[in-house]
Amino acid sequence: MAMQFYASPEQIMRDRSELARKGIARGRSAVVLSYAGGVLFVAENLSSTLHKVSEIYDRIGFAAVGRYNEFENLRRAGVRMADLNGLSYDRRDVNGLALANAYAQTLGAIFTEQSKPFEVEICVAEVGAAPEDDSLYRVTYDGSVNDEPGRMAMGGQAEAISGVLKNEHRPEMSLSEAVRAAMKALSSVGGEGGAARTIAANQLEVAVLDRRRVGRTFRRVTGAALTALLDGEAEGDVAPAPGRAKTPTMPTEEAKKPTTSAGSADLEGNAEDKPTE
Amino acid sequence: MFTNAGTSSFTAFLSKVAPEMLPGRRPLPPGMAADMAPHATTIVAISAAGGVVMAGDRRATMGNLIAQRDIEKVHPADAYSLVGIAGTAGIGIELMRLFQVELEHYEKIEGAMLSLDGKANRLASMIRGNLGAAMQGLAVIPLFAGFDLAASDPARAGRIFSFDVTGGPYEETGYDAIGSGSLFAKSALKKRFRAGLSVGDATRLAVEALYDAADDDTATGGPDLTRRIYPVVMTATAEGTHRLTDAETAAIAESVVSGRMENPGG
Repeated sequence: MAMQFYASPEQIMRDRSELARKGIARGRSAVVLSYAGGVLFVAENLSSTLHKVSEIYDRIGFAAVGRYNEFENLRRAGVRMADLNGLSYDRRDVNGLALANAYAQTLGAIFTEQSKPFEVEICVAEVGAAPEDDSLYRVTYDGSVNDEPGRMAMGGQAEAISGVLKNEHRPEMSLSEAVRAAMKALSSVGGEGGAARTIAANQLEVAVLDRRRVGRTFRRVTGAALTALLDGEAEGDVAPAPGRAKTPTMPTEEAKKPTTSAGSADLEGNAEDKPTE
Repeated sequence: MFTNAGTSSFTAFLSKVAPEMLPGRRPLPPGMAADMAPHATTIVAISAAGGVVMAGDRRATMGNLIAQRDIEKVHPADAYSLVGIAGTAGIGIELMRLFQVELEHYEKIEGAMLSLDGKANRLASMIRGNLGAAMQGLAVIPLFAGFDLAASDPARAGRIFSFDVTGGPYEETGYDAIGSGSLFAKSALKKRFRAGLSVGDATRLAVEALYDAADDDTATGGPDLTRRIYPVVMTATAEGTHRLTDAETAAIAESVVSGRMENPGG
């Protein structure tokens, strides 16, 4: 009869942590930060279709690093949970904290119960009425949750990137400044001998949760709009991504009833209309 | 339950984890239940050059009573399509909300919008799911219209789909109406509709048709000038869905009413 070697629970957890940490550190990084107009997600991603950043709900976005199949599974789960809660209660009752807690439970259970932990680190971001009301939650492979005020970096050499981001980031910065700060942070590592390098615009996945909108606030920034932001030409604002028509506008009264507005309305340039909070 | 690879459809997900939230899955006691809940009435849709217009009156009835004067029966289904409901109001509103979530859910999960035909088929299967309740008098019939982003000719991109209690969808050419006043609204549209109408003309025509429906059907409400309750008019064009403001619908409704002061038949 084969004898099973004894491994202490401590050792097992350490091994699992190490596996997950290594897996996450091998990948490319992502940063999430608040700026004056919303929350910005920037991820280094060679694919334009396999997203690391996506929409979960009206004011909630998701960013992840690590293994695609694992975080994609978590993303779908998050969309399902948010849509179920939004339908059962009201669209306003879906919040980022509940989602971060659910992710923490799921990841924690996988970490302790399954032989291989998920090699992922995720960020659940919820945009508020002002930069100080934004909430960013970091959920790691073992199910721990951290509230990260203002900014966070994950994956790859996350600590070095965080350091640069901390110096560059101010909550009142414009979108263009925020994109350039994120770009500077992401490209500060990974060059020859640990030096800075350049990242092409088409290797970045950029999206925002726009706090001025009502309804669905998530939008991707791609193509010419992204290049303009990186060059600092489109100061302050971002044009809608090409290929998608301008967001439909709706009367505010209708837009303030989240249950009946499936589309999102843009209140820019509509001074008397304040977005719902 | 949330993390199964599963489906991109929200209703399919609900049928596994919370079947009681699907209108068709609830057991009903035997017997007719037709007169126990408010009924929503007339909706019209007209395809125009470069889009589609949908309008609904504001009345809900319960037997011979007016249950609600300002119910809203026309809603955006997503950024490019509209849905109007007639029949049992409670189930209709629930179905409409579920349909909105269904479309948004697919878009978020898959990262792409469903085709207009895909949306219509989805709605058809949701209506079919309510067949049991429909046979006991709690029928809901939607009208679905939208701007087809895949259409080769933008002038023909506004498309209308109708349904029956067993599902559908049936694509309609030009215009369609549902609900108790639909007979009169369709008769009015038959005489007035011309292919290639502008979206602006089509909104006016929709309000006229609703006026004709209200003229002959007690369950359809006309423009209520004293309470300032006017039809809900929405458009779906390449720019997305848009709901006409109260001021805009008021202007159209008042001009229709003043036209009828001179010629009651329109």
